[in-house]
Amino acid sequence: MSKKFSLHVNMDSFLPATEEEKAYMVQMRPSSTFFRDGVKRLLKNKVATVSLIVIVAITLASIFVPMFWPYSYESMLGVSPGKPVDASYNNLRPFQYGATEQAKLAAGERVFPHVFGTDSSGRDYFIRIVYGTRISLAVGFFASIIVLIVGLTLGSIAGYFGGKVDMIIMRIVDIIYSLPDMLMVILLASVLKVSLGPVIEGTALARIGSNIISLFIVFGVLYWVSMSRLIRGQILSLREQEYVLAAQAAGARGGWIIRKHLLPNCISVVIISTALQIPNAIFTESFLSFLGLGVNAPMPSLGSLASDALNGLASYPYRLVIPAVVISLIVLSLNLFGDGLRDAFDPKLRT
Amino acid sequence: MPEKSSEALVEVRHLKEYFNINVGLFRTKPLKAVDDVSFSIKRGETLGLVGESGCGKTTVGRTLLHLYKPTDGEILFEGKPVRTREEINAFRQKATMVFQDPYSSLNPRMTVSDIIGEPLDVHKKYGSKTDREQRILELMDRVGLNSEHAARYAHEFSGGQRQRIGIARALALDPSFIVCDEPVSALDVSIQAQVINMFDELQDQMGLTYLFIAHDILVVRHISDRIAVMYLGKMVELADAAEIYEHPLHPYTKSLMSAVPQPDPKVARANKRIVLSGDIPSPLNAPSGCPFRTRCAYATEKCAESMPEFKEQSAGHFVACHRTEELN
Amino acid sequence: MPLLEVKDLRTSFFTPTGEVKAVNGISFNLDRRKVLGIVGESGSGKSVTAYSIMQILASTGKIVGGSIKLDGQELVDAGEKVMKTVRGNRISIIFQDPMTSLNPTYTIGHQLMEAIMLHTDRNKQQAYDRAVEMLRLVNINEPEKRMKQYPFEHSGGMRQRIMIAMALACEPDILIADEPTTALDVTIQAQILELMKSLQEELGMAIILITHDLGVVAQMCDEVIVMYAGSICEQGTAEEIFYRPRHEYTKGLMRSIPTADTAGTKLHPITGTPIDLLNMPEGCPFAPRCDNAMKICLTQRCERMQVNDEHQAACWMNVKAGVEDGSIEIGGEDGDADA
Repeated sequence: MSKKFSLHVNMDSFLPATEEEKAYMVQMRPSSTFFRDGVKRLLKNKVATVSLIVIVAITLASIFVPMFWPYSYESMLGVSPGKPVDASYNNLRPFQYGATEQAKLAAGERVFPHVFGTDSSGRDYFIRIVYGTRISLAVGFFASIIVLIVGLTLGSIAGYFGGKVDMIIMRIVDIIYSLPDMLMVILLASVLKVSLGPVIEGTALARIGSNIISLFIVFGVLYWVSMSRLIRGQILSLREQEYVLAAQAAGARGGWIIRKHLLPNCISVVIISTALQIPNAIFTESFLSFLGLGVNAPMPSLGSLASDALNGLASYPYRLVIPAVVISLIVLSLNLFGDGLRDAFDPKLRT
Repeated sequence: MPEKSSEALVEVRHLKEYFNINVGLFRTKPLKAVDDVSFSIKRGETLGLVGESGCGKTTVGRTLLHLYKPTDGEILFEGKPVRTREEINAFRQKATMVFQDPYSSLNPRMTVSDIIGEPLDVHKKYGSKTDREQRILELMDRVGLNSEHAARYAHEFSGGQRQRIGIARALALDPSFIVCDEPVSALDVSIQAQVINMFDELQDQMGLTYLFIAHDILVVRHISDRIAVMYLGKMVELADAAEIYEHPLHPYTKSLMSAVPQPDPKVARANKRIVLSGDIPSPLNAPSGCPFRTRCAYATEKCAESMPEFKEQSAGHFVACHRTEELN
Repeated sequence: MPLLEVKDLRTSFFTPTGEVKAVNGISFNLDRRKVLGIVGESGSGKSVTAYSIMQILASTGKIVGGSIKLDGQELVDAGEKVMKTVRGNRISIIFQDPMTSLNPTYTIGHQLMEAIMLHTDRNKQQAYDRAVEMLRLVNINEPEKRMKQYPFEHSGGMRQRIMIAMALACEPDILIADEPTTALDVTIQAQILELMKSLQEELGMAIILITHDLGVVAQMCDEVIVMYAGSICEQGTAEEIFYRPRHEYTKGLMRSIPTADTAGTKLHPITGTPIDLLNMPEGCPFAPRCDNAMKICLTQRCERMQVNDEHQAACWMNVKAGVEDGSIEIGGEDGDADA
């Protein structure tokens, strides 16, 4: 090369670079797991975030409000032992007061208002709604957990072991799928309502109520099928991954591989599916209670409250509207949140 | 078969691995992935295994480690058969595998430390946490990984580093035999050399024995002591690496070796390539007799009737061809 | 005038995590009837260069600077209308994976004829005849039968031939082949490479062959460009690059590949790991891995310099060598690096 080089360099720059200088130039990016990425993406989704806030608010309210609310869900305000029934407490409109309460007000005392009035038996309606929400959420949540456990177990066994085991489990799934689910649910609930009562009498389960137990049994027996199909599909595709082969080569057996390799990689799918299953469960519980097959009286549930409200519908329409709105709000928020979860965590959508 | 059982570390006799493939509503057809293959590997040796799509080399490696149950044939390790559950379990601690794809062979949900430590955990080797950690750091050091990265996740590393993690995992139980299934094929050229060197060093330091499966002939030539060539489930030639490269006897091996593009312009252009006509048949429809006869320039009627015997042609050089003497 | 002139091409991808400078200022020429090889590893930018020429970048990618001239006509910012007349017609591309490049729901005949009718004014019958002619050209036997078949009925090698037939149907001036044989077996690769060479001679077209396989480059290419992390390290004839490399990266690459002679010895790998394109250091992108890196390499990129008539390289080692033997003076006012 014979060129004149117009560079502003000095001869020192041609000295060899040291290892430290070279290493300084290369740095690894900060660690970030799949989970953190997903949460970041989720929070960017406004609809999902708002839905999450709504659900959390409703849940917290249903837990904490009864602690300081002066009225209980079962006490009929017009009824005191030994005294004649005071009918002035029945069917109060919102912010109206019963006879003795009005007397108190006139005497200058402060009485906590009945925000939603009272029902036909004189019970404060607001607290009944809150309790109803609590029951609905609890039932929905625990029923989904049961569905999760049964579906996960059977789905992963079917997916991993394949062959005859898979065939048997999947044929059972097919049979359950082909049954008309509304019919089955009602049938099962009615049968259990009658037969379960004497069985659990005297045990701790009696406190929860035979109807709720029967509800859980219904869910455990019928609703696990879609979860198991989902899990089975995931497991079938994950099973062929080389890291599963590597674990087998190291001597790991079925249980280890399912627990350590297959299920953790299904987690996002599981969470999303469960999040979308909860509103389903709540809705089922609501309509069963509406039909009288749900929770036992006097425990309220949003569905049973809606059912009771049918009686005085013309005069007190708000008694139907309020529980209906609450159910809709819960189901809608959970669905929107579940959608948001799926968008945030679905591996296929990731770049 | 070449070696006496007492000298060989690994011996394979008449191995067959057939898979049943659904070809109709109720009909299945056997896919003869590995069809009567026999060979042995001496302690401390590297046996290279090459071949193209459908030849069965990956299946050989996996069946050897009992990841697939052999349809027929025997596998002997240290002279003893590996058949029962206990024997397989013990075998798994001495024979391990390094996989091809650095992206799918590591669980994305596990940390590097857990991935490398999994064989230790499965066999419950270390009671105390500190001992286990010590061992894992030792393994990471041995493969050139920075010990600070033990808590990171696999996806944060480059392909070459992931392959090192896979190698560390294979070394966890102090094996004597490693099946390397295309370990450098998915890596960049400049990284391949690092990993190949590492395999070499580890072999020197730890006295390992390798079955090195690859499709890159030059890589296999570099690292192997002997090379075996497979075609559609059958082994067609086996000899010392230099011998098979310079004096191949089987027609397929000859065309395979000549087809390899040499990274040297003058050599590459002067090379008289033996270009085969036609495509590689599917293993589901392997030709009768010698599977190579459909593309072989020297095929005769005899080649369609029977599969040639895998015979020793000269010292340590085995060929399966009816016309070896005539053609060479 | 060269058939294709690329000057200072810059292409970046704008991702949520930042700008990835996939191609960072490259310049080269392609003459008629020549085979140009672009060699590089993952992240080198070689495929992005091809996609930039064809303007088929993903939605996040954009040519942010430079010029691409086909026979004197500027292509950057020329607009979709112009590019539609160029793609498939004057410049064609075949991709690595023949499995996914062909539409599985249409017959081969349909796909071939579609390409032909799009760019030429042949009618259906003429397009059919031309398609059959193309299949024969790529040594596919029974071409009429194949026209009615679907891609999944064929092997990888056959599909790649079909891709080549599709690409050549309109007799383009340039064929870009992006890793055309990487997914194929060695014996099939030999067939395809031989086919490409004979077609190139017969049809008189230029080929840009993009690959990471140095053996393929040595066999096929007249001229070679070596890329690393979006920049050209050196370019020249195949003999120059292979026998007299003048960039540390190329030298390292040549030293590290196993050949027939390296058996039993240790290879000389390039240390370190490939660069993270989101985290590019200043100075030469190869410096952190370079055994001979100097202080200037870490802070300043070296410009492309003429080594001899057939060879250009961008490496400070050449400057250092030039200073030492007196052919280069530092700090002068006149003369600057030859482009």
